[in-house]
Amino acid sequence: MHSETVAGLIAGLRGRKYSAVELARALLERIQRSQPGLNAFISIEAETALAAAAEADRQLASGNAPPLAGVPIAHKDIFCATGSRTTCGSKMLANFIAPYDATVVARLRADGAVVLGKTNMDEFAMGSSNETSHFGPVRNPWDPARVPGGSSGGSAAAVAARLVPAATATDTGGSIRQPAALCGITGIKPTYGRVSRYGIVAFASSLDQAGVVARTAEDAAILLRSMAGFDERDSTSVDAEVPDYVAGLDRPLTGLRIGLLKEFFDKGLDPAVEACIRAGLEELRAQGATLREVSLPNLPLSVPTYYVVAPAECSSNLARFDGVRFGYRCDKPRDLKDLYERSRGEGFGAEVKRRIMTGTYVLSAGYYDAYYLKAQRVRQLIAADFARAFGEVDVLVSPTTPTPAFGIGAKMNDPVTMYLNDIYTIGANLAGLPAISVPCGFVEGLPVGMQIVGGHFTEQRILNVAHRYQRATDWHTRAPEAYR
Amino acid sequence: MATSNSAAAAAARDSEWETVIGLEIHAQLATRSKIFSGAATAFGAPPNAQANLVDLGYPGVLPVLNGEAVRMAVMFGLAIGARIAPRSVFARKNYFYPDLPKGYQISQYELPIVAGGHIDIVLDDGSTRRIGITRAHLEEDAGKSLHEGLPGLTGIDLNRAGTPLIEIVSEPDMRSAKEAVAYMKKVHTLVRYLGICDGNMQEGSFRCDANVSVRRRGTDKFGTRAEIKNINSFRFVEKAINFEVARQIELLEGGGKVVQETRLYDPDKGETRSMRTKEEANDYRYFPDPDLLPVELDDAYVRGVAAQLPELPDQKARRFIAQYELSGYDAQVLTASGELADYYETVVREFGGSPKLAANWVGGDLAAFLNRDGLEIGASRVGAPALAALLRRIGDNTISGKIAKDVFEAMWDSQQGADAIIEAKGLKQITDDGPIEQAIAQVMAANPSQLADYRAGKDKLFGFFVGQVMKATQGKANPARLNELLKQKLNG
Amino acid sequence: MSLSRRDIDDIAHLARLALTEAEIPVYLDSLSRIIGLVGELDRAPTAGVEPMSHPLAGLKQRLRADEVTDTDRHELYQRNAPQVMAGLYLVPKVIE
Repeated sequence: MHSETVAGLIAGLRGRKYSAVELARALLERIQRSQPGLNAFISIEAETALAAAAEADRQLASGNAPPLAGVPIAHKDIFCATGSRTTCGSKMLANFIAPYDATVVARLRADGAVVLGKTNMDEFAMGSSNETSHFGPVRNPWDPARVPGGSSGGSAAAVAARLVPAATATDTGGSIRQPAALCGITGIKPTYGRVSRYGIVAFASSLDQAGVVARTAEDAAILLRSMAGFDERDSTSVDAEVPDYVAGLDRPLTGLRIGLLKEFFDKGLDPAVEACIRAGLEELRAQGATLREVSLPNLPLSVPTYYVVAPAECSSNLARFDGVRFGYRCDKPRDLKDLYERSRGEGFGAEVKRRIMTGTYVLSAGYYDAYYLKAQRVRQLIAADFARAFGEVDVLVSPTTPTPAFGIGAKMNDPVTMYLNDIYTIGANLAGLPAISVPCGFVEGLPVGMQIVGGHFTEQRILNVAHRYQRATDWHTRAPEAYR
Repeated sequence: MATSNSAAAAAARDSEWETVIGLEIHAQLATRSKIFSGAATAFGAPPNAQANLVDLGYPGVLPVLNGEAVRMAVMFGLAIGARIAPRSVFARKNYFYPDLPKGYQISQYELPIVAGGHIDIVLDDGSTRRIGITRAHLEEDAGKSLHEGLPGLTGIDLNRAGTPLIEIVSEPDMRSAKEAVAYMKKVHTLVRYLGICDGNMQEGSFRCDANVSVRRRGTDKFGTRAEIKNINSFRFVEKAINFEVARQIELLEGGGKVVQETRLYDPDKGETRSMRTKEEANDYRYFPDPDLLPVELDDAYVRGVAAQLPELPDQKARRFIAQYELSGYDAQVLTASGELADYYETVVREFGGSPKLAANWVGGDLAAFLNRDGLEIGASRVGAPALAALLRRIGDNTISGKIAKDVFEAMWDSQQGADAIIEAKGLKQITDDGPIEQAIAQVMAANPSQLADYRAGKDKLFGFFVGQVMKATQGKANPARLNELLKQKLNG
Repeated sequence: MSLSRRDIDDIAHLARLALTEAEIPVYLDSLSRIIGLVGELDRAPTAGVEPMSHPLAGLKQRLRADEVTDTDRHELYQRNAPQVMAGLYLVPKVIE
């Protein structure tokens, strides 16, 4: 059961090969066993999971079951779920019980998905390695001495380790795609505004998007179909029809115009990683796609741009954590100033504090124009570069990350080294574009991911490309030895 | 306060120094729900009963803009002849305070919804001045801090957090405390006319900060200003500004410098006090709120709102002067609120007689009773039709104007109509000559020496006789007829 | 462009973050590196370019109907509160 995809499980449940309760039980057991070595979960919610599974069985028996009835999933611990401890991987929210459902959570619940627990993540989604979590690092299922990527490291590791077939995740600078690549699974970040942000603890409001990690593009399409759509509670949610992402997955790729970013295939790229991507491109070409080089001259500035905009927004978004209405409060505050400074100083980890301070600095008087405003202008340039490219090609393909998974602790000394991991993924966040990462090979036993980026609201197209690729290759079916 | 209070000293100060005042008014918009959430805005709910997840700044929540707040802001902009921004942007004003749950206030900074405009004020001497408005923008209100009954602690109530505010910023065009009060009153009247704010200063729906500076007459450059916060009555505004002006002048004349700072008015001591703490002024780090999109209003929208504008106070006052031949002063008094103006026009319509008489009664007698009992016109114990009926009884000579005042008081206390009271108290005016002549004869007989003096030429004694005859008829003699008959009889 | 110790103190104060003595040089170093990274933006040709607040251009704010949709749920919401009394959130006394 644990090797089954979401599509397979839906068929299995409806065919009564096993019950939702059996399925949930089996996976909960796997999760429990995996915790010491993997640490992918912060909360395992067995009781509510089994109750939901029992309800799913009733619906399945009645013949009147919603589309995801009984399908086990996990939520990144950044999604508020009623009655569920929602920590964002932080001491600040270690005991926070959300009193409401994120829209994504509510929709998946309404469609019958069974939530097994909340996955580990970099604190407040800030990180690319899942090493900043207050609840300890997550390990890469392919090699426990290495990182799974971040910030959705827990969700990605859980899916790669076959603990759940799919999990929700969020992506602000690559936090779905990068861990998907490092863990050898599929991860999609939709167009900005496609999926509601209501109930997702905000990191950088103009960049955050909710998405899904799974083992196949088809599974990602199934989940996304339930998650996407207009939400009146999110002013940045776009009121556009949600196509059936599953229909059209099989469309042939003949005539597909693929752009290769000149700026990404430069001398800095690891040759072994490049070889995997090139092989992937060959497969797409074999299916009828054409390849051409495109140039996005401002794209190399995407990392510095991001590291102005994201910290600025997060410094403001995290101001609400002040020890007054919820969250961590320091012991015996002497006065108001002390309450704020120590609750926040003690409740937040180092990376979060670093980003809050960076953000505060770039917004401060005297620096706003030079940094924040400048970065938002560069962002416009980058978006324009992408728009121009999509006038010539249908999708852009690149590596998802410059290297495969690195060692735990390897990049903790210099934040900038860590930040440069995001070099391929950040552009899509700045421009609000949909992007998917699919496994496309291995380097020294570690997975490598290939990223496909499309124009706004072309989720169908990039899922189609990913799916057709996965029909002809088997990288996405490989499982880490310890979790087969 | 050491400054001399003598009129001469004040005049000397005035000729040398010029006062410059700008007002920032925060008016709560009278929407049912909050500006960014669906919680209720009603005043007086138990602590935090009206603070929902969005108002509390819970993790993961997002703001959604209340369209009614936008409409109300546009109404205001149109009423002051301002420019409505086709595109305006919400910005975050970042600072830490317990009554500010998100750690930032959603406000508008570089692109406010309303820009420019003016308010015309009428001063006590009848002169008018035009006060410019710099801008007006939408923002959310903060919660409240309660200090009483909590030793060493402060209690935070976030019911008010998220209530829509319009912040109205005037140009520094006012030159005296009186002008500032007139401006504040005019804005107060206007927002109530528009139905966008209830203007209740005790409940905090209408708040004012004053920026005050002085400069030597003849200089162009503005002096350093102090900001006086949260002055919540017209009286306090005047006192606070006057104190502050005197304080600044004394400081400058003594060779000191005015510090740019925030000051609080203390009504008990009648003085302003520096609020400045050891910390520096806040760096608010304004930036456009990424959770909200730009507000875009097209011409059709603005025209639609314009069509909903009621007759504005100035328009109404001008019409009253023209239509009812009232003085400028009467027109100002009667148009101080929309409800009062409506009341007056109902009286005029149903009375059918002299609008000036109606104005005297509404602006004079009725107003006195309302003031005495601390009531607004909406709670008047005598309705417009009832007052009109009373005035008709003056017009048709049933009662004299003087008696009518007694009848009015009885109407106020008993809630009965004029006719019922006139009947019950037998107050009908005597118009028949018979009883009047009888009374005149009585009085003349009772006062032979005065009669003789009058006939000898002391015309002033006429009034004495009028008074005596009125007394004899319990005030019910028709005054005009009384005068005629008395003249006849006295002159033989 | 390098930051000073004073900058770190000011920023930490604005952001209400208590930093220990040991932490200050660490943050000074990392923030200086980050600002160094960010300095690359200087060379971007942004003359005449509008700043981008939202990744999707041409969208405007939706207006919500003025309706009360929420009821009093303060008891539920205050379950996460560190200190409440009589429905009020409590903080150390604020001097005004």
